[in-house]
Amino acid sequence: MNFLTEIREGLSISWAAIRANKLRSVLTTLGIIIGIVTVTLMGAALTGLNQSFINTVSFIGADVLYVQLMDWAPHSREEWLKMQKRRPITVEQAAALEKELTLSRAVAPILTSRQRVRYLKDSTRGVTIVGTTDQFIYTGGISVAEGRFLSALETAGGRPVCVLGSLTATNLFQGESPIGKKIKIDQQPFEVIGVLEKQGTFLSSSFDNQAIIPLSQLLSGYTSKRDLEQIQVKVKNVADLDNAREELHSVMRKIRHLAPSDDDDFAINQQDQILTMVGNVTGTLATIGLFITGLSLFVGGIGIMNIMFVSVAERTREIGIRKAIGAKRRTILLQFLIEAATICLIGGLVGLAIAWPVTLLMRRLFPASMSLSIVGIALLVSLVTGLLSGIFPAWRAARMNPVDALRNE
Amino acid sequence: MGGETIHALREVSLEIQRGEYVAIMGPSGSGKSTLMNLIGCLDTPTSGQYELNGNQVSEMGDNQLAEIRNREIGFIFQTFNLLPRSDALRNVELPLIYSGVPSDERRQIALGVLADVGLADRVHHKPNEMSGGQRQRVAVARALANTPSILLADEPTGNLDSKTGREILALFDELSNKGHTIIVVTHEETVAKHARRIIRILDGLIASDEKTVRGDGAPPPA
Repeated sequence: MNFLTEIREGLSISWAAIRANKLRSVLTTLGIIIGIVTVTLMGAALTGLNQSFINTVSFIGADVLYVQLMDWAPHSREEWLKMQKRRPITVEQAAALEKELTLSRAVAPILTSRQRVRYLKDSTRGVTIVGTTDQFIYTGGISVAEGRFLSALETAGGRPVCVLGSLTATNLFQGESPIGKKIKIDQQPFEVIGVLEKQGTFLSSSFDNQAIIPLSQLLSGYTSKRDLEQIQVKVKNVADLDNAREELHSVMRKIRHLAPSDDDDFAINQQDQILTMVGNVTGTLATIGLFITGLSLFVGGIGIMNIMFVSVAERTREIGIRKAIGAKRRTILLQFLIEAATICLIGGLVGLAIAWPVTLLMRRLFPASMSLSIVGIALLVSLVTGLLSGIFPAWRAARMNPVDALRNE
Repeated sequence: MGGETIHALREVSLEIQRGEYVAIMGPSGSGKSTLMNLIGCLDTPTSGQYELNGNQVSEMGDNQLAEIRNREIGFIFQTFNLLPRSDALRNVELPLIYSGVPSDERRQIALGVLADVGLADRVHHKPNEMSGGQRQRVAVARALANTPSILLADEPTGNLDSKTGREILALFDELSNKGHTIIVVTHEETVAKHARRIIRILDGLIASDEKTVRGDGAPPPA
């Protein structure tokens, strides 16, 4: 008997066996269904989380370098403590940087502060006030939805004008255009000249709750700090990122008067650091999550194994008959393996059919996405579960001595 | 063609020719079941040899034994041993499935043997929808499906009333007359006397081996 016939035969026998014990089959399959549902949902949630992380950081352009005191991904606590003690980055350094860099297109100094913003009687708290220059439009990954951005003249002159984040704008101006309106940041009046496109998604709505003003306004009105939090540098050509980074590095060392033997006392950060960090976090989450949900699938697999042992014991006589009539070990082995795999595959399919609408529901509260690869993996996993939990009982069946099996009542 | 040579049990040697109708008799514990298992290739002797149709069965492994059983032996059991969830046709098809006969041909053969045993109108009945006699006929049809060298019956009338028992034995006589080799293991004289040769086993030895005059009066073969 060739392999294909054996498979087809095994399928029809196992289908008959599954139907003959309907309640038992349903209960057994339930274990696998629950396992597949939890694993699939976990997978969908993890994929969704990952995507939203990536969306969140995607506004940080791949071609923007961030000059800061702190490295985004410090390697040790000692290193982190050391970075805390570094000399500040100053406004003058940012100005010098802008003059000296040749491979960069825009240099934007950044300093922020949290303030209350008012318009007439409406007010909103905790708005991030970003003090910067006109260059921020190039480095900040932002775009203007309405009005315009700060001009070079306005930032140089420190004019009292501002550009609002989309959330701040909707918080303060219900149904009317903010352009040209006077708002108050803390006590100082500002004229709104523009509103930004919405940029934040899950986890990052704070990016939309901001007001961008000229740096000198921020320095004079809202903070005692005199130093910058960061300098954003957008390179001219992303293909030339490494050279631009090298240039930035040497110019910064020069500006900060470091001797050749001194270590850097600043950090140049870029997007892939965040992506690596996020990747590490989601990787850990995925491992833990899938391990825990995998346990339920494992329990389901034990259920299958258990029921397959029962099935083999019940059908000892049938095995004896089949062997007497000419079934080989492989035939019997395949018959029971296929039965276990069929139960698990059916469980997998039903599990997916349940998980899919649940994913859609989940999506309302939480980012989740059920990709084709999750579907494929779920089916593969259920098949493998079936084969693994079936192999031991099937092997026992295949090894039975026909004389003893026939004697079984 | 060659004969079917059997050397079995303690110091036992036995030779059965193609076309013979042999009854093996003996009380329980005599070793007749072991002999039957050896003849049926369900088991191999610990020592000694068994040659079936030119094949050295005693040296075969599990899978070869399965193949030999499939090709050379047609079993008929006391308790019928049909697959309860499968209908008559499928039960008869089973040995053909294992020998790899394509499905159309398989169906034709199975329908043919079912008609031969008088069950042409019962092919889609399951075992629990049939009488004992009909079930045993299905078993006979299944045994015949692969045209084996030996029909090996173990107490074939043990679970039947005397009338249906007689019908099955008549079927055996008919098959024997068509040239099938039949070996019946039984403890009933009435069954044994249908055979043309009776081998009596006692304590693992052959106590007697004699030709008979059959119940239907047909002369023993030359």
